Amino acid sequence: MTETRKIEMTVNGVRHQLEIETRVTLADCLRHHLGLTGTHLGCEHGVCGACTILVDGQAARSCLMLAVQADGAAIATVEGLAGDDGTLHPLQQAFHDNHGLQCGFCTPGMLMTLVEFLESNPDPSETEVREALSGNLCRCTGYQGIVAAALDAAQRMRAQAVGLS
Amino acid sequence: MTESFIGARIGRFEDRALLTGQGQYLDDIHMAGMLEMAFVRSPHPHALIRGIDAGKALALPGVHAVYSHADLAAVLTADRIPQDKGGAKFPDTTWPVVLPKDETCFVGEPVAAVVAESRYIAEDAAALVEVDYEPLQPAADCRDAAAPGAPKVHLEAKDNIVAEIRADYGDCTAAFAAADHVFAISLKQHRGAAHSIEGRGIIASYSAVGDEMTVWASVQTPHKLRNGLMELFGVDESGVRVIVPDVGGAFGGKNVIYPEDVMVAVAARLLERPVKWVEDRREHFLAAVQERDQYWDLEIACDGEGRIQGVRGKIIHDQGAYTMMGLHTPHNSAIAVPGPYVVPNYRIDVVVTETNKVGCVPIRGAGYPEACFAMERLLDEIARGLDLDRAEVRRRNLIPADQMPYEHPMKTREGTPTIYDTGDFPACQVQALETADYAGFATRQARARSEGRYLGIGVSNMVKVTGRGPFESGVVRVGRSGRVSIYTGAMEMGQGTKTSLAQICAEHLGVPPGEITVVAGDTGAVLHGIGGYGSRQTVTGGSSVHLAAIEVRDKALKVAAHTLEVSERDLELKDGEARVKGAPELSMSLADIAKALSGAKGYSLPKEVTPWLQSCVNFRPPDVTYANAAHVVEVEVDIGTGGVRILRYVMANDSGRLINPTLAEGQLVGGTVHGIGNTLFEWMGYDENAQPVTTTLADYLLPTAAEVPNFEIIHVEHPSTLNPLGVKGIGEAGTVPVAGAVISAIEHALEPFGVRIAEAPISPGRLIELIAAGKQGS
Repeated sequence: MTETRKIEMTVNGVRHQLEIETRVTLADCLRHHLGLTGTHLGCEHGVCGACTILVDGQAARSCLMLAVQADGAAIATVEGLAGDDGTLHPLQQAFHDNHGLQCGFCTPGMLMTLVEFLESNPDPSETEVREALSGNLCRCTGYQGIVAAALDAAQRMRAQAVGLS
Repeated sequence: MTESFIGARIGRFEDRALLTGQGQYLDDIHMAGMLEMAFVRSPHPHALIRGIDAGKALALPGVHAVYSHADLAAVLTADRIPQDKGGAKFPDTTWPVVLPKDETCFVGEPVAAVVAESRYIAEDAAALVEVDYEPLQPAADCRDAAAPGAPKVHLEAKDNIVAEIRADYGDCTAAFAAADHVFAISLKQHRGAAHSIEGRGIIASYSAVGDEMTVWASVQTPHKLRNGLMELFGVDESGVRVIVPDVGGAFGGKNVIYPEDVMVAVAARLLERPVKWVEDRREHFLAAVQERDQYWDLEIACDGEGRIQGVRGKIIHDQGAYTMMGLHTPHNSAIAVPGPYVVPNYRIDVVVTETNKVGCVPIRGAGYPEACFAMERLLDEIARGLDLDRAEVRRRNLIPADQMPYEHPMKTREGTPTIYDTGDFPACQVQALETADYAGFATRQARARSEGRYLGIGVSNMVKVTGRGPFESGVVRVGRSGRVSIYTGAMEMGQGTKTSLAQICAEHLGVPPGEITVVAGDTGAVLHGIGGYGSRQTVTGGSSVHLAAIEVRDKALKVAAHTLEVSERDLELKDGEARVKGAPELSMSLADIAKALSGAKGYSLPKEVTPWLQSCVNFRPPDVTYANAAHVVEVEVDIGTGGVRILRYVMANDSGRLINPTLAEGQLVGGTVHGIGNTLFEWMGYDENAQPVTTTLADYLLPTAAEVPNFEIIHVEHPSTLNPLGVKGIGEAGTVPVAGAVISAIEHALEPFGVRIAEAPISPGRLIELIAAGKQGS
């Protein structure tokens, strides 16, 4: 029951080595062992999507993974989205500008889901955004602001990409 | 003021922390030496508890304690949870228990509490606690439970009837006898649980020095929790402080004092260590309040033109095993049926019945969605029976604008007259219909039908009481730094309350709203408060802050005028200082004014001002105010799968003057989607033995982004006359009319099959059954 294992993972670019009980979920590891409480738990059975993070670039439910399964992985959480100078990620800015959050509890999962989605589909339709978000539950907003924010962010990110090239 | 903040679409000041992962929700709080709690919950809907053996659990390393009913008396003055009964009378046996002594009454009821080093260990230990149960016959269905001789929810109770409520006026017997037409329907209505994405949660920390308990809790009503704990622990306001961190949604689920809350406080008191408990989703399904089941039998009488002559009927309301918050839901359902319509004669009798299920209290909408659905179904009956257009039937019965303010013959829950202060219900419906191109629907429907697609349109109207309270606290204070702060009993739970209160305050003080601190959810900082529920906070708390800000402004100008030796009339507050208009170099900063008013030496004060640059207002509205709305929805039903797709959704909503239209729209859309969940998806299932059968979010469905459309919102602003801001509530306004409109639209789409819907929610499977039955019947 209390078997532990040594693991190593990179979270938002910072390397962590820790010895952890094998049964601890990745979400609890991030939240309670590493203090990264931006990742939230809404159902702990993989439906609500609040705990969504990126594991080696892919969106994953951190409540359904054990920390030991992330040994050697590169993890991205909401805490790593904004720039070092505090500049918000275009998604974060668009969520603010489009009233894409109310209580904010589902927001980190929404953001991380959309980070992955917009990488693979930088110019989505509204229907595609709604489909992409259908694994993330929000009880406050009715999704309208979130969808608007995703489309707005996609546009900003495309403009940014053009500016960079 | 040169710039108006009231009515401005200002982005929320709450957002930045929440967007960057820096929000602090209950489970994000860690404390040195903190222990965690897990509960042993009853697997039986009804059972005697013969004994609890915690030996194995206590032997587990890391376990600090296992508490059961026997441990309560050491620190609590009572073993039942205090609550306001108001004028309602109900039996003592329905009063919620902290932990049951010898009889458990619903699946999921906490029977024992385990405290351990971590939640992981606490849950291991909870599984090791051996409880000797003797199962008893449960009362599952409220209709059966209401019948004489039914199995009793509590063995000690006389029967399962908590209360009977009658709402009546006029003379139904005469009206029905004289009516041209009478139509009867029976409805099965069900609403689920709150399902905020963050569950409940609480931390308590006790210090023997000073005998002080500090509680952090994810709740809507911190003062209520404080008051309850005070009573249970036999201390006064100085003995308990409740602090609310960021709240991840609430919707009614965090507006009662639960056994878990009390047990965390008990453990903290006994162990003198901080103790935390955070609800998981399964626990939310099992043990957080729901709104659940109502069964309605109704009749409506009308004349040959479809004008209502009377409504009468009965409701059986499922109250669950304990009365967690009075009779609010069933009483609201009983009185809210007429809503925006003229109903000259009325009588509804409600039987409030216990069942061996978790307690029912108001969830967003609070009995109004059920009442609205009932009324809208009745109006559709008239339309069908008299072959009239459904919107036309509604138009004929809506209260005409020239009758406002309208004194409704219905009495409120408090027994006072119901007076709709302002609004234009017919115009609201017209605007919604026009925007939705109601007139053009027949063409769209015919075209779709020719392609084998089934479209329908539905209309509903509602009135929702808002601004209950009856009041809320608002303190506006300018500190010695010149910083403006608001202290209020109103709560931020996602609505943007802090931003809107800052906007209201900024309007008067010449300070940008983003530079105003709002302190909400702390009974130590705000001694008096009520909290967040019932679409009330902007009406009550907003008005208090508004009036307090004006008093602070006036006081600041008085002091500045005295100091600068000018007339108050020549001064304005701008950019954090009182300036002489046209000569801004002649000024006194708010900081200096605040210092002068806080006794700093070297300032001279006008004689008539009171100390401190602050004002505390507890505005008491003369009456509640009523929001109203008309919703029009167009749907397509897939007759092969029973799937319902919402093609278009238009609402015209009157919540009076809007402080921040963007935030108002957030409330309306979120509320409407909650209503869509209640109409199409959310079903908290129990089997015939009162065992819950939907205990994951894969079984109990919440609407996702893919199931809902973009909503079109028309703001109709008839300012309330009952508060200085002219505002009405909005938090629940979106939820109330949804089922009435959506079900009507589905039925309309399925008219070729003669489908009649008498229930909400309605699932695709159920629609397929109804379509098949219709095909067979035709």
